[in-house]
Amino acid sequence: MSPSTWITHTGVMLRKFGYVLALLMLAAYEVVAFVSTVLTLICCFGLGMVFLFPWQVRMIRGLTGLTRRLVHDSTGIRIDPPYLPEPPPPVPQSDGMYRDGRTLYKTPRMPAWSNQWKWMFTDRATWRECAWLLLDPLVKLALAPLLVLLPPRGLRVYGLWCVLLLGPTPASRLAGQVSHLSRVRNLAVDTQAAEMRRIERDLHDGAQARLVAIGMTLGAVEQLVDSDPAAAKKLLAKARDASAETLTELRRVIRGIHPPVLAERGLGDAVRALAMDSALKVSVDVDLPHRAEAPVEAAAYFAVSELLSNAARHGGATRVTVDISGQGANLLITVTDDGWGGADPSKGSGLEGIERRLAAFDGVMVIDSPPGGPTTVTMQLPKVLPEYWAADLPKLPRWKMLLVGFLWATAWCPLFPQGIVTAVFKIFEVPDKTWFLALHLPEPYQWPVVAFMIVLGVGMYVLAVAIPANHSRERWMCEATPSRLWFDG
Amino acid sequence: MNRVLVAEDLYLLREGLVHLLQAHGFEVVAAVESGPELLKGLLELRPDVSVVDVRLPPTFTDEGLQAALAARSQVPGLPILVLSQHVEQLYARELLADGSGAIGYLLKDRVFNAEQFVDAVRRVAAGGTAMDPEVIAKLLASNAKNEPLAALTPRERDVLEAMAEGRSNAAISQRLFLSESAVAKHTAGIFAKLGLAPSDDDNRRVLAVLTYLNSR
Repeated sequence: MSPSTWITHTGVMLRKFGYVLALLMLAAYEVVAFVSTVLTLICCFGLGMVFLFPWQVRMIRGLTGLTRRLVHDSTGIRIDPPYLPEPPPPVPQSDGMYRDGRTLYKTPRMPAWSNQWKWMFTDRATWRECAWLLLDPLVKLALAPLLVLLPPRGLRVYGLWCVLLLGPTPASRLAGQVSHLSRVRNLAVDTQAAEMRRIERDLHDGAQARLVAIGMTLGAVEQLVDSDPAAAKKLLAKARDASAETLTELRRVIRGIHPPVLAERGLGDAVRALAMDSALKVSVDVDLPHRAEAPVEAAAYFAVSELLSNAARHGGATRVTVDISGQGANLLITVTDDGWGGADPSKGSGLEGIERRLAAFDGVMVIDSPPGGPTTVTMQLPKVLPEYWAADLPKLPRWKMLLVGFLWATAWCPLFPQGIVTAVFKIFEVPDKTWFLALHLPEPYQWPVVAFMIVLGVGMYVLAVAIPANHSRERWMCEATPSRLWFDG
Repeated sequence: MNRVLVAEDLYLLREGLVHLLQAHGFEVVAAVESGPELLKGLLELRPDVSVVDVRLPPTFTDEGLQAALAARSQVPGLPILVLSQHVEQLYARELLADGSGAIGYLLKDRVFNAEQFVDAVRRVAAGGTAMDPEVIAKLLASNAKNEPLAALTPRERDVLEAMAEGRSNAAISQRLFLSESAVAKHTAGIFAKLGLAPSDDDNRRVLAVLTYLNSR
């Protein structure tokens, strides 16, 4: 071992020992915390001092949070917090009061506290953490020799133990997802409603008003046509001009709803058309073999459009590069301009609107805009492109591939000759035994062996289908057909 | 007499176009309503000119444009006038890309003015071009910062714009209230500044300008 590797090795070991020491010292604190928890619970439910409960829970959560971080830093095992999503802040009723059960409050303080209390009390994670608090000192005691003698191994075992009680359960994961989805849905619905209102206003103030004017002009023409044909002719010309203006107006509104090129050609050409009409020098590079869903295309299009107009209006840019590509099933858009930078989404300027639009698809936007430029905006929309051409679907590991191949190659043998054909031979009492295993055995074993062979054969076929299907359901759904129930590699 | 093919999916508009063209002495050989029918009609009937809507069934995307491009790739210079509810530089550039002329691209609104519309159809049938003023404005705008164009005088720009729409010297002089010789002088100036070879033929001259704008 060379001196330098020896030094790094010792450094790593020393750090691991540091973690072990920290964890062992925490054990003492845990004992104290556990005692105080028991006392708090007694005070809460025996003496009615319920206000102590949230403090206590917060203290435990601080302690477990610290442990999660220590475990992650020392072993790389990531333990996500398992808590249910926090309740939203109380909303006042129409009379401005806040309701909590049957009581009305003037301020949101009490209802908020009460919601918090209920949230902590009903969360299973709270009670799992209490159990962890009780058991953890004992586990540490039991693991102490391993932790001290073999820190890396010991820390790993300890990490796995922590995952058991501090990690999220499927239920809490699901609850988190549900609350995230409902938040995103509300956002999407709000955005859409705002769009609808804007369109309604545009139509109301623009096209609708113009059509009314045209109708009135035509009415006047109807009255004038006999008495003053010359004036009527003039008015008709006016009506025609007004109808042309209405069409122009409608075209503008339509562009704001769903640009025609986007509908006709898809994202790539729509962005190219946008680039041509832009006052900036825009180079567009699109690498998308297939079209994404219409809402995704629209969100991406409006995002690029907003960024281009931002670059021209606020950024002082002259040159912009737009790069759109698919990364597996993710859509990746990068817009770079040579403006003076310093873009900040919190200062409005449309970036917030883009974020809202992207949020409906779990999309994220990263802005890198140092003062003096250049500004690079990267947007990623995860899992929005069709799966079937995403190249990164999980592959079967080699051993599973070999196993599946072996099963397909051999399952016919027990099922047909050794199973079904043997059964037919036995039923019709054919004297030949050929190579059918069951027929060479004593009489009482023959039927059980035949049945076993059939079950074995069917089982092997089922396994041959189930292994790839379980390995990657998405890929199996994409590639398998009823006549070809597997996929290659 | 000019043989015309009309492709438009909305019944009212299709009938309107047919009547309008018949009233102006065209013979309407076919009035189709979908992309595949259009392509078949273009290739089999070889009409003297076709009036084609961009958005047609079955996909209601750019079926008409694709059919026009496909037909012109097989029969170069087949005269086609494309109509659309919206005009895009992108589509205009695609239509102009082969540089063989006999092409038009207009907003549907232009049908309102029957004389001008029929004039545009005649021009395309005769191998000329008819580009919507809006397209030309966009093409010029995206070329605005290029050296030779920036050097044009405002009057020359007006002439260039009118010329790019596909108008003859006579029509330009009428529109801009100039004498024909003044227009000729401006055109010569424009061609010199853009470095294009001068030509007396109206159509070829317009094509040169459009090809120039399209190449940027």
